[in-house]
Amino acid sequence: MSLEMFFQHFFNALTLGSLYALIAIGYTMVYGVLRLINFAHGDILMVGAYFVFFGTFAFGWPWGVSAIAAVCGASLLGVLVERVAYRPLREAPRISALISAIAVSFFIESLAVVVFTGQPRPVLQPDWLISEWQWGRVHILKLTAFVPVMTAVLVAALLYILYRTKPGLAMRAISKDIETTRLMGVRVDNIIAFTFAVGSALAAASGIMWALRYPQVHPYMGIMPGLKAFVAAVVGGIGSVQGAVIGGVILGFVEIMSIAFFPELSGYRDAFAFIILVLVLVFKPTGLLGENLKEKI
Amino acid sequence: MSFTVPSPKDAILAAQNVTMRFGGIVAVNDMNVALPQGSICGIIGPNGAGKTTLFNILSGFYTPTEGDVLFKGKSIRKKSPDRVCKLGIARTFQNIRLSSQMTVLENVMVGCHVRRHCSWWMAALGLPNYYREEDEIRDKARALVEKVDLGAMQNEKAGSLPYGAQRRLEIARALATEPSLLLLDEPAAGMNPQESLDLLHFIRQIREEFNLTILLIEHDMKVVMGVCEYIWVMEYGALIAEGEPAAIQENPEVIRAYLGDDFVKGH
Amino acid sequence: MRFNRTTFICLALMAAGALFLTQADMFLSNYQLYILKLFFINAILALSLNLIYGFTGMFSLGHAGFMALGAYMAALCILPPEQKEMMWILEPIIWPFSELFTPFWLAVILGGLVAFVFALFIAVPALRLGDDYLGIATLGFAEIIRVLLTNATPITNGSLGIKGIPDSATLLTCYVWMLITLVVIARIVYGNFGNVLRCIRDNEIAAQVMGINVFGYKVMSFCVGAFFAGVGGALLGSHLSTIDPKMFNFLLTFQVLMYVVAGGLGSLTGSILGAGIITVLLEWLRAIEEPMDFFGLVEIPGIPGMRMVVFSVLLLAIILYRREGIMGSREITLAGIGRFFRRLATRTAGREAQ
Repeated sequence: MSLEMFFQHFFNALTLGSLYALIAIGYTMVYGVLRLINFAHGDILMVGAYFVFFGTFAFGWPWGVSAIAAVCGASLLGVLVERVAYRPLREAPRISALISAIAVSFFIESLAVVVFTGQPRPVLQPDWLISEWQWGRVHILKLTAFVPVMTAVLVAALLYILYRTKPGLAMRAISKDIETTRLMGVRVDNIIAFTFAVGSALAAASGIMWALRYPQVHPYMGIMPGLKAFVAAVVGGIGSVQGAVIGGVILGFVEIMSIAFFPELSGYRDAFAFIILVLVLVFKPTGLLGENLKEKI
Repeated sequence: MSFTVPSPKDAILAAQNVTMRFGGIVAVNDMNVALPQGSICGIIGPNGAGKTTLFNILSGFYTPTEGDVLFKGKSIRKKSPDRVCKLGIARTFQNIRLSSQMTVLENVMVGCHVRRHCSWWMAALGLPNYYREEDEIRDKARALVEKVDLGAMQNEKAGSLPYGAQRRLEIARALATEPSLLLLDEPAAGMNPQESLDLLHFIRQIREEFNLTILLIEHDMKVVMGVCEYIWVMEYGALIAEGEPAAIQENPEVIRAYLGDDFVKGH
Repeated sequence: MRFNRTTFICLALMAAGALFLTQADMFLSNYQLYILKLFFINAILALSLNLIYGFTGMFSLGHAGFMALGAYMAALCILPPEQKEMMWILEPIIWPFSELFTPFWLAVILGGLVAFVFALFIAVPALRLGDDYLGIATLGFAEIIRVLLTNATPITNGSLGIKGIPDSATLLTCYVWMLITLVVIARIVYGNFGNVLRCIRDNEIAAQVMGINVFGYKVMSFCVGAFFAGVGGALLGSHLSTIDPKMFNFLLTFQVLMYVVAGGLGSLTGSILGAGIITVLLEWLRAIEEPMDFFGLVEIPGIPGMRMVVFSVLLLAIILYRREGIMGSREITLAGIGRFFRRLATRTAGREAQ
């Protein structure tokens, strides 16, 4: 493989990894506070992408404005999902909430099919993102650089929220012990809603960039990225934001690089994530940065 | 009658220099315990002294970092809890662990399972010897439920039982595994004085009837002093005293561990 | 088998059911027969998942994978060799699958066995995990199975799938397989082995202390469940006559999960009931995707995809408002039915006396 090709693949992997990382953060945050796999997370990504599609085509807004509106819309949707489908089940067995999450996921998907139709739709790519940089013989789409940079900015903002603000402190407290945090006078419900808002916003950001990369949107576009991002969250150690980022990047690199080096494996691409998942769960069930949550005897 | 601690070879259960570390924390430090066949002995000590950790080692949940555990002369150090149970050690838990959705009788029947001979596929095929064994198990469980005075409640959900009854049920379930050694983790916790007194008689009674050796952890001194023939006292994971109940009551170390230095000085 | 009155009544009822089914084509339309068959197959799937999840508490989301294995294995067994040679156009089919030709009953059992063996392999890494981790891991395995089936073109014909599978799964065959599933799982679950499984579900540590080889019994339950999922898949493939890897996606697992949750976790008759109601409901909901016409006044155009919206709202409603499902963990028993009728009789008698 030529060096040029390698760079091309490297940036592709970094882009894909960043997208996974952004989605994985939402999973890991929700799992941290509620111990719940938010199956609807991937679908929020899809809805975010669709919002941009409608912003640009139906309302004729510029891409940037549509993107911001879409992120806000998606985070509202995330809060709504929590309010309707998860909050009533806070005291129920965890599996009930999980089934509820699966149901919400299918609801959003099938509603999207009804409202948006099942047809894939092309999306608008702003000109400044699809021009190329030339660097020797390496051609890099500006989008490929934009995604990791945007991801880094968002992750930095998130870490700031988590470690430098009161709601962030409350979030971290809830993930340790929800009851005690409640007794300390924290409005747990608000903080959980906030967690969903932030996680959904990141998922929407990822979905919007995802749509730019494969320039189309369709109602089931969130399922596979969602599942793989969850795998990334588990690989990194669920509950840890840093772990989610690391897991996402690892997954992106494994997927792109293994096919770059072994093109004959391309049919198995979707299986890599799950093979990694199984390996991690067997050898280090808590993930790379996860905490040990073993039941006390 | 004076009590002599047997050599590890003669003891039914012997912990030899057992140490358990979790990371940097030493939960159990160089413990030596040896129980003679047929005795009732106790382990006492303040909260966090490592008593339950020791039980978890004896029942196979933890493999001790150092030392060995001998049961009937054979090492059970690396055996899993279900193997340990098969060999004949049963236990109860400080925080009761019953299947609260299952009935009293079903809970005890689960205990009978370990001694059964049929495999699951015999059940799937509905072989006659499976049904015969099933009947035997039901009868045996019924008898045990009667033994702990829960006969009238045998079809109630275990979770709906009052606290004391749940404790007795847990003991009945442990007895169903046909143990030769029974480990009781705070059997009198949450009981009123009368219930504790009944428990005392009950423990003696089952020892006779089932030919048991019993080791118990207990905070209720009336129970410990009333029933135990020998006592080990733990503090911060280590053994600070051992002896017969009367001696332990007088031991200044033990008084200090329970009541603090000031009390000993003032004495 | 225990020879008492209940057993005889049950056997008589089963035989009566079989007798009815042999004559069913006289008074049911083809469409109704189709639905009835689908119901039997779905009941098998629901029962098998209930064993794994409802009784043993293992949240497995890999059912579609086991079904796929069963369906492919059985399809390969019952397709005539000449037909297989013609259909595999991407890559020729390899031996022994090219020569494989067995009667249907054997094909179904082989389908179940393939799923069983695969479950055995999955069990070792996956069953050490707790509830939602297990769910994700089994979901991952189901996806891996799908990817493997897509890529193992010389065996599975890849993404083209297999078409024209002989419809050997007759109404009676499906009925008998449902009864076999019900009886086998009921025998395991309603005896002391069932108590053991429920104890594992409720409190694994307590089960260990009772001398139960927790891992062993989890593997047993998982593999028996997988076997019947494979059987269900085999029957389904023959019933639909076409299979491809896309069909066995997560949606299929989700449907089976829905039957179980709707019927009640830990209730076998509930699973059958749930499978029946939802199978009929899903067919019935097709109507809302058709254009509707109210007395020639208002015309509502059909909304494609609306069926799944209603379906998911329904599941959401069940889990939010009636978490235990239709039956909870109770069963419909002969004694229960007897009590019901006796109560009904006394009530009517009382009313008449007034």
